[in-house]
Amino acid sequence: MPTTLKNEAAIVGIGETEYSKNSGRSELALASEAVAAAIRDAGLSPSDIDGMTTFTMDTSDEIEVARAVGIKDLTFFSRVPHGGGAAIGVMHQAVMAVATGSAKAVVVYRALNGRSGARYSEGVSGGPTTSDLIHWSWYMPSGLMTPASWVAMFTQRYMHLTGCTSADLAEICLAQREHAVKNPRAFFYERPLTFEEHQSARPIVEPLRLYDCCQETDGGAACVVVSPEWAKDLPNKPAVIRAVAQGAAGNQESMTSFYRPEIAEIPSMDIVARQCWEISGLRPDDIDCAVIYDAFSSIVLWQLESFGFCKKGEARDFIQDGALRLGGRLPTNTHGGQLSEAYIHGMNGVNEGVRLIRGTSTSQPEKNEHVVVTAGVGIPTSAMILGQS
Amino acid sequence: MAISGKEREAFEKKLEAYVGLDIGVEDHSRNPINAAMIRQWCEAMGDENPIYLDSEVASGSAHGGIVAPPAMLQAWILGGVAMAAGEDDPADKQRELHRLFDAHGFTGVVATNTEQEYLRYLQPGDTVRARTVIESISEQKATGLGIGYFINTRSVFKDQNDDEVGSLTFRVLKFEGAEVPAEASGDSGEGSPAGPPQRIKPALAHDNAWWWDVIETGELPIQRCAECGVLRHPPRPMCGECQSTDWDFIRSTGEGEVVSFVVIHYPEVPGYTYPLVVAVVELSEGERFVGNVVDVDPGDVSIGMAVQASIELVDDELKLPVFRPVSV
Repeated sequence: MPTTLKNEAAIVGIGETEYSKNSGRSELALASEAVAAAIRDAGLSPSDIDGMTTFTMDTSDEIEVARAVGIKDLTFFSRVPHGGGAAIGVMHQAVMAVATGSAKAVVVYRALNGRSGARYSEGVSGGPTTSDLIHWSWYMPSGLMTPASWVAMFTQRYMHLTGCTSADLAEICLAQREHAVKNPRAFFYERPLTFEEHQSARPIVEPLRLYDCCQETDGGAACVVVSPEWAKDLPNKPAVIRAVAQGAAGNQESMTSFYRPEIAEIPSMDIVARQCWEISGLRPDDIDCAVIYDAFSSIVLWQLESFGFCKKGEARDFIQDGALRLGGRLPTNTHGGQLSEAYIHGMNGVNEGVRLIRGTSTSQPEKNEHVVVTAGVGIPTSAMILGQS
Repeated sequence: MAISGKEREAFEKKLEAYVGLDIGVEDHSRNPINAAMIRQWCEAMGDENPIYLDSEVASGSAHGGIVAPPAMLQAWILGGVAMAAGEDDPADKQRELHRLFDAHGFTGVVATNTEQEYLRYLQPGDTVRARTVIESISEQKATGLGIGYFINTRSVFKDQNDDEVGSLTFRVLKFEGAEVPAEASGDSGEGSPAGPPQRIKPALAHDNAWWWDVIETGELPIQRCAECGVLRHPPRPMCGECQSTDWDFIRSTGEGEVVSFVVIHYPEVPGYTYPLVVAVVELSEGERFVGNVVDVDPGDVSIGMAVQASIELVDDELKLPVFRPVSV
């Protein structure tokens, strides 16, 4: 029974660059700025940092970022694969490093020119021959080559089995946009979305329409993880990590797990959720708000089911009556999410989770004892529960 | 095989000598900018902007008269029929560079991208000419098309008063292993892929190439463990049930049922027709395949629909299993 990662570490600093469609600078510059901002926010100096972790997809090497920011000797560095599924996997690395003494202060970062540079919406069609390309070769010749197309395949099946409709997906988009309208960091700051706009937007890959798909963003986000004891001496209210876990269910492919008996679910997140409850000793009723990975609107529904906020297939009922909005049962993606704030591969969601604990979100729910934060699904994934110290 | 060792070193040394060179030939507009050519270009592109077409409207605009669409910039200097025939100017350093690549086995050419900058609108009566510099040649790259080098050129366009009106950067990949396409590249130096765009080909390697070989014969193979008989798709080197690495395959009947499907609208990738239906199909043998559902209105596809696979050419070269609804 994995219990040792409960209350072993806390997030004490968060930082980010502006989120834009054209940063005008390198991904290394974005990573360095976000990391430096997180260290500053923590009340630390670069030489206090001795551990670093990021995504395998990040182009900025730990040692390059360290040199740029003035971080000195490192005793821990690592990377986590599988795109957005790594968003909390990197936190898992940081917590393990701090809990075991491999490092005392770990900075976690992700920075990308996701709009002005390589765009994920353009798909996986190019590049040198790798095992990854062999995998995509089962799908590219038929034209299935973008994240929207892979997620739509699961979404169609889910809709067929549960009766979920595009109108249900709209509620997720509208709830998050309502939050983004109040968030100056968000691309859609002060730009509301109506139900009619959602429904009349052009189809990208049916059944997904334009606003069901996240943005592409240039930007970076980072946070700093230390022990809860050290956290007490630092200026910001710490977000204590109650539980953190990774998971990859059997018969997993990267984004195309079409070969399981049922594909209208995400068993990898089921594994992660089960561990989060086991480690933390908490239950769904203990969670006040959430940051749920939203590369596409439909994937929010499946994660609500994985974490047991509702039964399998009943998420569309759960989100009715404003459950995801302020004042609802589970205010979710209070920054606007990746649909409406920015797509920083989930790292901007980690920072929002910390703001929720601190009480500083631009859409701050009254109750904030515990927050669930999740990573991308359809791939091996991860999640954590944050709590008050 | 790509050249290597000393031979590659010597080749790359020769390439270096071309970086920074003016290609030595100047392109110029055969005729002054004129309304007739503007109209034909707009008709071909479906551009109905009146400032290009309607002198009455245009004379009331800030331009004071008809102007040429900025995107026509390069069109004014293209070489016409001589270019299509592939006739080379012997003084053209860019052609010389391409021939050097050809001689070392890098016979394929494909234009990868271009960027254009416009400083002013061209008006009827203007003339333009362009000089082109080979800006850079990349190091050797492994690409989806094969091993090759990217060549970047930059052309600066000037008018009759010697004032700059715009510029264009162009990048081509010279790559190894392909047949030499009918190179349409003329004095402005752009490469051109041969024929209509084709679908993205599968990358072939040890564990999957056999499957595509069988597809070529018109059969739909499903890998089978030679030890315990369990079927598996996509192919992989070991049986997950008994860990045997011995396998053979069976030929599927191609009868199946739609498990899920999508209708793709965006992005439109060259070589594919949209809206494009892609389905996960469970075959009667129990294994699942991904493929296009064809000869059906996308709105008529449904989960549970019975379909039949057949192996067909989906473009000039590639055979794939495609699925059609079974009429009941």
